[in-house]
Amino acid sequence: MIKAEHRDPAILHETVDGEIVISVRGLSTRFGNHVVHDNLDIDVRRGEILGIVGGSGTGKSVLLHSIIGLRKPNAGTITISGIDQTSLSTAQMKEARREWGVLFQEGALFSSLTVTQNIQVPLREYYDLSARLMDEIAAYKIAIVGLEPHAGSKYPSELSGGMKRRAGLARALALDPELLFLDEPTAGLDPIGAAAFDELILRLRDILGLTVVLVTHDLDTLFTTCDRIAALAEHKVIVSGTISDMLASKHPWVHSYFHGPRSRAVQMSRGRDKSDGVSS
Amino acid sequence: MTGLRIEHISKPDLDINAHGDVLRICPRGSWQIETADTLEKLVASVRPLAQNRAEIDLSGIEGLDTVGAWLLHRAYCGLEAKGVSTSYHFGNESQERLIEQIRKHDACMTSPPQTEPVILRMIEDIGIASITIVSNFGALLSFLGNVFQRILLSVLHPGRIRLTPLVHQMEVVGVRSMPIVGLISFLIGAVIVNQGAVQLRQFGAEIFVADLVSIGVLRELGVLLTSVIIAGRSGSAFAAQIGSMVMNEEVNAMKTLGIHPIDVLVLPRLAAMVLVLPLLTFYADIMGLIGGALMAWFTLDISPSQFINRMNDLALLNELYIGLIKSVFFAGVISVSGCFQGLSVEGTAESLGARTTASVVESIFLVIVLDAFFAVFFTTIGW
Repeated sequence: MIKAEHRDPAILHETVDGEIVISVRGLSTRFGNHVVHDNLDIDVRRGEILGIVGGSGTGKSVLLHSIIGLRKPNAGTITISGIDQTSLSTAQMKEARREWGVLFQEGALFSSLTVTQNIQVPLREYYDLSARLMDEIAAYKIAIVGLEPHAGSKYPSELSGGMKRRAGLARALALDPELLFLDEPTAGLDPIGAAAFDELILRLRDILGLTVVLVTHDLDTLFTTCDRIAALAEHKVIVSGTISDMLASKHPWVHSYFHGPRSRAVQMSRGRDKSDGVSS
Repeated sequence: MTGLRIEHISKPDLDINAHGDVLRICPRGSWQIETADTLEKLVASVRPLAQNRAEIDLSGIEGLDTVGAWLLHRAYCGLEAKGVSTSYHFGNESQERLIEQIRKHDACMTSPPQTEPVILRMIEDIGIASITIVSNFGALLSFLGNVFQRILLSVLHPGRIRLTPLVHQMEVVGVRSMPIVGLISFLIGAVIVNQGAVQLRQFGAEIFVADLVSIGVLRELGVLLTSVIIAGRSGSAFAAQIGSMVMNEEVNAMKTLGIHPIDVLVLPRLAAMVLVLPLLTFYADIMGLIGGALMAWFTLDISPSQFINRMNDLALLNELYIGLIKSVFFAGVISVSGCFQGLSVEGTAESLGARTTASVVESIFLVIVLDAFFAVFFTTIGW
């Protein structure tokens, strides 16, 4: 299949109900006697932004780590782009990971390297490019995530939280991945920075034709960016669907999450934004 | 789809031909990162001919990613810079989006980043290093002042001395390092006798190995070896423990809770070290002498009673005191250096590592410098 075709963003939005890229079946995770996931199923479709929500300790980050292969599940299969991840050799695993970008909480930049060098790490690891091209690609990635050009020569310790997150995103995007995994991308950012980051993810998804899986607590992110949401509770995905499916759910945890005071505030402000948009 | 990109790669190529007054540039094949080497050469071959208009036709491309699009745009910019008005012809919408996005951010292509001349950077580095040395020295002085002030306050209010951390540190620094300190001293004592005997035998003076090992170990080697081992073992631990607490903002939390970090972090470690290092030194002296005596017994047939008699003839008490007095000062240097470096950590993992290393290097260096100073001093006063 030709890359440019299946990543055509114009088609992507219509096929949100279509091809399943990531399929997790019967996933079980245990830490000693502590059960985190029990027979969990989850699907991610091509071109969508899927938000994973859940209370503290329900294993959202553990699920993300299992999908990206940092943690071996105790049972179950994880299939990404039709390949069973548990059966891969080391070399195949490396080739498969080339198609994924991962943004960890706080960016997880390598502290001994500048932002530019951080972005070039995956480029160096997989390819042999000229110095000029590497510098240009790094500068381009820095620009598309909305950082100033001079941020490239800075070390992570010299960056603010929001800038670190953006630099981490630039590194995750270095190899033009098809899948992007984000672990609490807006946690710890101020509301303006968080809203800008949400907007950035939406824009990059449309330009680059990404499929995005994100773990979040941020109700604004859920309402503004996510096409579908999967709610974790009782060791599995109890509800998955659009935001209106979440609002309609009768499950007590989902109900209290999406009908709590914070959620109502978000819905009210969004309602107001929409009516403002109509009147102006 | 198998998901393996490499299977979709086809050889890239670039056709350049003239269509009337338009230069047509038609890339073909895979314009992706995997083929970047070839692509850069192809793009470098694009030169304006007689035409003053050019068109880049992307419809023949089978796979385009950011790197391919970037390189095509490099050709575009090159032509534009030479006064050739250039346009794109896209094969599909995703190509157009990629190129459009790159066009918005192509500033770095036209203006390569400026680098400072080497001489300026060298001068800058020297300046930064000088300022760092001076400000580090100032910080050390202010730290020492702080420590003395807190010691004074603790002496005036002995109830505020924290006994639990003190005892804990004494165990960690002292008791747990006994095996390694004892073993090394024992071996060094044995080696001195073994090697010394070779020389002394030439004069038939083997019994003098007792002088050699007892003066050598009590006066210099016992305290020096113990200090170096403890600097590597506990000084570095002080720096790393305190440094990671700084990184975790625990030190800031203490300040807000009204606890002085020096009282909690530095004084127990300093006191434990000052109490324990003389004890360890004494223990190392004994182990060194035992090692020497045993080696003398087995290889030279000097019985332990002969060995002890010979030692009795020497005025060894002074030698022992010299070693113990030095150990108190070395303990101060090691613990102050470890704690100071730990408190100077600045939030990054790299700085934690650098400070830990610095604490070990600095304390071993200072221990040896001080030892040289004491050697001259004690000889001068006739001890």
